[in-house]
Amino acid sequence: MKHLLSINDLSKVDAISILDTAEKLARVSDGPMKKLPTLRGRTIVNLFAEDSTRTRISFEAAAKRLSADVINFSAKGSSVSKGESLKDTAQTLQAMGADAVIVRHSASGAAQRLADLEWMSGSVINAGDGTHEHPSQALLDAFTIRKHLAKGADDLTGLRVAIVGDVLHSRVARSNVLLLTKLGAHVTLVSPPTLLPVGVSSWPVDIAYDFDSLLESVDVVMMLRIQLERMSDLFFPNAREYSRYFGLTKDRLQKLKPGAIVMHPGPMNRGLEITADAADSARSVIVEQVTNGVSVRMAILYLLLAGSAGEIAL
Amino acid sequence: MSVALPAADIARALTRISHEILERNSGSDSLTLLGIPTRGAHLAKRISAIIESIEGKPVQTGTLDITLHRDDLRLRPPRAIMPTSIPALGIEGRNVVLIDDVLYSGRTIRAALDALGEVGRPKTVQLAVLVDRGHRELPIRADFVGKNLPTSSNQSVSVKLTELDGSDEVVIDS
Repeated sequence: MKHLLSINDLSKVDAISILDTAEKLARVSDGPMKKLPTLRGRTIVNLFAEDSTRTRISFEAAAKRLSADVINFSAKGSSVSKGESLKDTAQTLQAMGADAVIVRHSASGAAQRLADLEWMSGSVINAGDGTHEHPSQALLDAFTIRKHLAKGADDLTGLRVAIVGDVLHSRVARSNVLLLTKLGAHVTLVSPPTLLPVGVSSWPVDIAYDFDSLLESVDVVMMLRIQLERMSDLFFPNAREYSRYFGLTKDRLQKLKPGAIVMHPGPMNRGLEITADAADSARSVIVEQVTNGVSVRMAILYLLLAGSAGEIAL
Repeated sequence: MSVALPAADIARALTRISHEILERNSGSDSLTLLGIPTRGAHLAKRISAIIESIEGKPVQTGTLDITLHRDDLRLRPPRAIMPTSIPALGIEGRNVVLIDDVLYSGRTIRAALDALGEVGRPKTVQLAVLVDRGHRELPIRADFVGKNLPTSSNQSVSVKLTELDGSDEVVIDS
């Protein structure tokens, strides 16, 4: 495997090998060896044409722990804001000898296009493209769920996951649906009908409009961010009504079954989709998701870049 | 295929190596044994058990994975990462004995020395191997050797251990 563009590129075995590698790398970073020489001499470019805090920093931290050289490239303050095309940007990066490009772009399919058109020879890692996919986030979510709830199993068979909120605009939701179902979990999407994408009935998931009916049966509640920057239409009457029906409030938190965990890909709108009580409760693994993100991204970089241009062979 | 070292010889070699380690280091108090996964880690456990039975007290034992420090990562598909466990007392100021199954090019041991450097500064680093088959590519030698096996570089030497393969033996395939 050369690129990581979509969860669809991964078989179940590939996905589990990424999670297993991340687990071992997490133990290495907890131990005395903080910095590893594995990717010394490789250049990794963070090409972020859309804003991001944790994904960019997380990939940067992961690359640096493996001793790669990291070049950060954001649209603001670069020639992209002067109207340079993705192709010219990619060829510039190629000319500088980038071994991998981590790309975040507001257009769905941007990473795929970079990889397919061979404007550059390095690996392409999709760090979020429009409303399409965000595979590294799904992998770190699966890693976090497996760590807490799989009881030593390789996959997530039998676990019930509710993904709640703005599914329409969420690349996190799409990648998670693909990955979690691939790993054997049962996924229910909970959302107002206006925030579900066309064609959702063909996805391998259940749909629910009543959040309260699910609270006692799910193992994982994954809250999605209400993406205010993409809210060009009126998808719900107002924020208070949305929180009342679909927010994770203190009351709903108390109805969750013992052991259930609360996740959020960040950044949170506190008080909208999740209250501060829920975000800071003992059930919340939101901060841990960030920590796990570094290990999972180290695993992705290791498996894509450390070896010869071969497939994942574990 | 020929058996170069049957089970009884392996047991004798490990017992002798254990005694030699103790002799060189005047006992086990300052010792830390680190096995290199996969087979070196099992050999380290066995040597640790023998030393404990001789000295009557446990010896610090752990594993050191060198995958992330290899110099040939670029030449093949990525390898699985194995566990590293450094014993409680660490390696700072200790007499560390690295343990592996076969010593060949010396590149594994070079990677192990780099990995150790990330963890701390041992007083000394010594090397124990079950088989030394020659053909070194780096200036590295073993302090404790189970058996020197003269081989040609197109032969392959494989160490089988009960823990993983069901029986103990060292075989040469040509």
